Amino acid sequence: MASKRGRMSQEVNAGSMADIAFLLLIFWLVTTTIASDKGILNILPPKQDPNVPPPEIPLNERNIFNILVNANDQLLVEGEYLDNTDKLSDDIKAFILNFGAPNAEAMELFNSLPASLKAQSNRDSKSSDHPMQGGAVVSIKTNRGTSYETYLEVLDKVKRAYFEIYAERVGLTAEEYRALTGKTAAEKELQDRGKEGIPMAISIAEPDKIGGN
Amino acid sequence: MSKFKKKNKVTENIPTSALPDIIFMLLFFFMTTTVLRENEMLVEQKIPEATQLQKLEKKTLISYLYVGKPKNTALYGTEPRIQANDVLINTSDIALWVNQEKDKRSETEREMLTISLKADREVKMGPISDIQFELREVDARRVLYASVGRVQN
Repeated sequence: MASKRGRMSQEVNAGSMADIAFLLLIFWLVTTTIASDKGILNILPPKQDPNVPPPEIPLNERNIFNILVNANDQLLVEGEYLDNTDKLSDDIKAFILNFGAPNAEAMELFNSLPASLKAQSNRDSKSSDHPMQGGAVVSIKTNRGTSYETYLEVLDKVKRAYFEIYAERVGLTAEEYRALTGKTAAEKELQDRGKEGIPMAISIAEPDKIGGN
Repeated sequence: MSKFKKKNKVTENIPTSALPDIIFMLLFFFMTTTVLRENEMLVEQKIPEATQLQKLEKKTLISYLYVGKPKNTALYGTEPRIQANDVLINTSDIALWVNQEKDKRSETEREMLTISLKADREVKMGPISDIQFELREVDARRVLYASVGRVQN
């Protein structure tokens, strides 16, 4: 008997061990979420000096795109009630690219735009004059009771309108444009060329007291 | 011809017994290097969705503020609270916290400090605007509204 046992193979079949280890590895890779720092970047306005009143910048009503979100998360866009935000970014795009009463500088900008963007310009005298400094401004105003989710959704739509315009100017898709990091000179050049003359003029007003604490 | 015959005799088995060990080493490497979460969450975090996400390149420039309903409602109540590092703070403490965060960084990096605001989707705009007001006061004006991606329609 003893001799028989000695003849039996002492090796454990380790061939499938690698597969098991692979499974573990893949499980680990799939389940761990590496914290990503993605989000919507917003630059807050500088601090107000209480002794110096905020500068009054005269803006015509036609140059402001008003978005109001109330404490029940209902939207009032340019004086009209809106029940969903699907069309919002298209409306904002049309507003920015309106060129209702451009001055000489803005006309130069208009002529530099690609044909696809020029076609979106309505030249409506009741909408924004031009998208340059002191031209089209998108204003978002909320109540203190407005949910953060709705606010972010609206801000997202406004950003989308701008990014689509920038991307179209340089011939990229909006995703590609947003992915530009500005690390290399070529990327920075693309980024600047998209933005040039059309600053992201998003005004976020101080929320009023309704619905909050 | 005899030369070819000789070659055929060479054994073709590659020893695979060390393969599991290599894979295990890989696995342990991943397990030890991935940092799951630096601090324990004291507030609820359901990050809202958005489409127009931008990624920040330099992680060292980011400081996190978590806003949401406390998990331990018996102790902290149900109103949204702010968590910085691993403690709950009040709105008035933000200025102090920002200055501490600025001190941790070099002179040149300070003005590029970005506050990643990880707010729960249930939070109202009231607390958010209070935080933003405090951030403006201490001149930490780059705010990232942390959000997860959603497929654009």
